[in-house]
Amino acid sequence: MNTPTLPPDDDPAAWQAQRDALRRLHREVLDEPIPPALLAAAGLADEQRGRQARWMRWGGMAAGIALAFGAGWLANTQWAASQAGAALSRAPATREFVHAASVAHAVYAPEKRHPVEVAAAERQHLAQWLSKRLDKPLQVPDLSAEGYALVGGRLLPGSEGARAQFMFERAGGERITLYIGSLGPGADPSRSEEASFRLSAEGPVPSFYWVDRGFGYALTGALSRDALLSLATVVHRQLEKTAG
Amino acid sequence: MQQTTTIDDLLHFMDSRLLVDHIPSLRRYARALTGDRWAADDLVQDTLERACSKWRLWIVGSDLRAWLFTVMHNVFVSQARRSPATRAAAVDIDDVVHELRSVDSQRDQAIDLQRCLLLLPEEQRAVLLLVALEDLSYAQVAKVLGIPAGTVMSRLSRARARLQDLMDGTPPAVAAHPGLRRLK
Repeated sequence: MNTPTLPPDDDPAAWQAQRDALRRLHREVLDEPIPPALLAAAGLADEQRGRQARWMRWGGMAAGIALAFGAGWLANTQWAASQAGAALSRAPATREFVHAASVAHAVYAPEKRHPVEVAAAERQHLAQWLSKRLDKPLQVPDLSAEGYALVGGRLLPGSEGARAQFMFERAGGERITLYIGSLGPGADPSRSEEASFRLSAEGPVPSFYWVDRGFGYALTGALSRDALLSLATVVHRQLEKTAG
Repeated sequence: MQQTTTIDDLLHFMDSRLLVDHIPSLRRYARALTGDRWAADDLVQDTLERACSKWRLWIVGSDLRAWLFTVMHNVFVSQARRSPATRAAAVDIDDVVHELRSVDSQRDQAIDLQRCLLLLPEEQRAVLLLVALEDLSYAQVAKVLGIPAGTVMSRLSRARARLQDLMDGTPPAVAAHPGLRRLK
């Protein structure tokens, strides 16, 4: 590891000095704690790798070839798309969105008597109403397997129009909210960013958020990073399934 | 032993070498490449996300580190192509002012080195850093950057010479900003 690769026609001592100086330059970065957003991205990527490997195992060769063919086709379009998506996710619109999600959580989650406008008992009406107002078919995720029951939802104003907030509650009373809204005309539907979770700690309560087909999604709650990420993954998967 | 290697063994092998283990060196390389703490971490984040969607391009058991640097290089190049203006603004003046207040001459040297690095053409900087920081072989660097090994060697020696010239020529360049120097 520490054997320097030598340029063929150069003074080894000079190269050694230059190389040492370069290695000292940002040496401290190697010992810094890894930022949570990077940890989350790495965790997701590892998870995806495992999933893919298991899929290949069960999927068999023929399916594998079909997948590779299809994925290759998709990759062409997604190369450009994911690049645009990466830029998009740091755009002011996204930042505003996730901050608004956090503030909305901080405002409504502690509410005892009126946490939601439409309660879970009217689940179907809730989904229909918010779908209509956001002009997008919305499904209410089912987080009962994760121990969270639906409390209900409400309509909120956002910078680009209507936004929806769904609230879930655990037996212990801890609440999480899912905040959904259009990111505006800048968010071209063709520039969707696939499964790109980011952790935001900018607002009062942390959120995992992602952008899909011009819509922003933020799952917010005062939970550990891992707990929030695994819930966000479940929500994303369910919404993906119903959308596809 | 090798005949009995199963997919489970491969999965186990993969799991023992998580992406997380590679983050510190990706961050250091990105920091030296961009000269900016935030841009560097953004680059690492984009790299990890891209790796997530491109796992099928990684061959199980092959060098994960080299592959990650390849992904990062592709992300970096396409970002640089999209916004060439960020190159000139890569050194944040606030960072520099803060650093210049320090009387630590090692710090000054580090800043000079980073500044000179940023004056190298991107393709030379990448070769130099991959070899110096990551100890990648010429063949590995060639693969990461998608260029012939001969080009790696010529870029490396040009990068080294240019960097040395820039470092040697540093005093007059810095003296051009007497206001900043006086903060020492």
